[in-house]
Amino acid sequence: MTAIDVRGAAKVFNPGRSNQVEALSEIDLSVESGEFITLIGPSGCGKSTLLRLIASLISPSAGSVYVNAKPAEQARLDRDYGMAFQAAGLFDWRTVAKNIELPLELMGWSRGDRRRRSAEMLDLVKLGEFAKHHPSELSGGMQQRVAIARALAFSPSLLLMDEPFGALDEMTREHMQDELLRIWEETGTTVVFVTHSIPEAVYLSTRVVVMSPRPGRIAATIGVDLGNRSAATRDDTAFFKKVTEVRVALRSVEG
Amino acid sequence: MNALKGFSAPIAAGVVIFGLWQGALSLLDPDGFVLPAPSEIVGALVDNWDEVYQGTRITGFVVVSGLVAGIVLGAAAALLVTRFRTANETITPLAVALNAVPIIALAPIFNNWFGLTSPRSNQAIVVALVFFPIFINTARGLARVDPSQVELMESYAAGRWRITREVRIPHALPFFFTALKLATSLAVIAAIVAEYFGGRQDALGPMITQSAGLTRYDEAWAAVLAGAGIGAVLYGVVLVLERVAMPWHSLLRSRRGEP
Repeated sequence: MTAIDVRGAAKVFNPGRSNQVEALSEIDLSVESGEFITLIGPSGCGKSTLLRLIASLISPSAGSVYVNAKPAEQARLDRDYGMAFQAAGLFDWRTVAKNIELPLELMGWSRGDRRRRSAEMLDLVKLGEFAKHHPSELSGGMQQRVAIARALAFSPSLLLMDEPFGALDEMTREHMQDELLRIWEETGTTVVFVTHSIPEAVYLSTRVVVMSPRPGRIAATIGVDLGNRSAATRDDTAFFKKVTEVRVALRSVEG
Repeated sequence: MNALKGFSAPIAAGVVIFGLWQGALSLLDPDGFVLPAPSEIVGALVDNWDEVYQGTRITGFVVVSGLVAGIVLGAAAALLVTRFRTANETITPLAVALNAVPIIALAPIFNNWFGLTSPRSNQAIVVALVFFPIFINTARGLARVDPSQVELMESYAAGRWRITREVRIPHALPFFFTALKLATSLAVIAAIVAEYFGGRQDALGPMITQSAGLTRYDEAWAAVLAGAGIGAVLYGVVLVLERVAMPWHSLLRSRRGEP
């Protein structure tokens, strides 16, 4: 089944004004459900804009965006996707468990169901004993895990992530990547993941979408078939080959 | 034990200051009307307890009622201007213009509107003075949110009121309480100065002017002390409310090492 279908999409900010920016142009992208896609490219290539188009947080200036065979707007209203950002964006005034329960509250889940679900999700991200803590008591990596748990709490079929590990140190980052892959395998969720990091893109995805700037376009799509990831994958020759392949593609768009 | 530690330094400072005050006066021995000694002020407070107590009740009512009305109006206006563009374009410049008016100078005019001996004019002055800091600070807090938190709520298809409740209001609370701490002392000043010009004659304001006019400065100081008491009690109430309303905030502050 097709999870995301973007056809001829374009986005122009401030049209007709002096600060007009053509952020995206002629975007065609189709994502099958269960895929793990990363969007990578230099700053200003519109990768975050494309993610927001899919999320229907902004609407396209031209073309169409379909999610789960519905217009993106409808998919948003139906809460078909969960989202995570670079800043964990947890609510300081809610406990960790209550943060995860936020989308469930909005969806009208009963108190008991919410409790059970947030406990399950905390186990999934291995933060079971932190349910009653406030976010400010957690490290950056732990906060990001809570944000992922929140995004997955209502079992959306699609997970949209905008540089979620961008602010983390390298060790935590690699650990979080493994956590995310484990969750992805356990839940079968489709993931669209925006990143700056080439190794991260190659390690995580089934497909790397390389974007070029001004206006944002899809320059290349590189399939990644490295089998099950593990610590050994990061030292694997096939892994390095893919990293080089993506790097070459990125270099050509920046040139 | 820690709570005691927190209090011991200011109490020691107070003892030292009042001791120096008392000691300096007994050494220099100026005319009584310059500055009465703390012991004389406390004596006047005890001797005139019934009048001071009555005055504190009257002025305290003006302060609290005006404060509550000013808070409600200020916070409601802040919510309106954050929610509706037209409200922002109309109310905000009006409020700024209102703030430019020396409101306390309107006291004699308000007396004319509400009646010379009615506390209504004094309440109106307090409301007008409290409104602005509450309004401006709360509006700023409501607007200053983490954009990704708003996007997150939109991704859940949350309505605007829900976003206000879940994201904007919690963000605005620290701003609101900072303004409220300012507003409590402003309200006491506003009430007493407004009372100089009219309102009930058994309030603290008239007690200060009348005692001073009769050169009974110790009694005037006793009334000032009572006014300070109102301010201190209200400040304490605000601190407690702040703790109750934002338990997470003291956590954040203690982690940053702020007071």
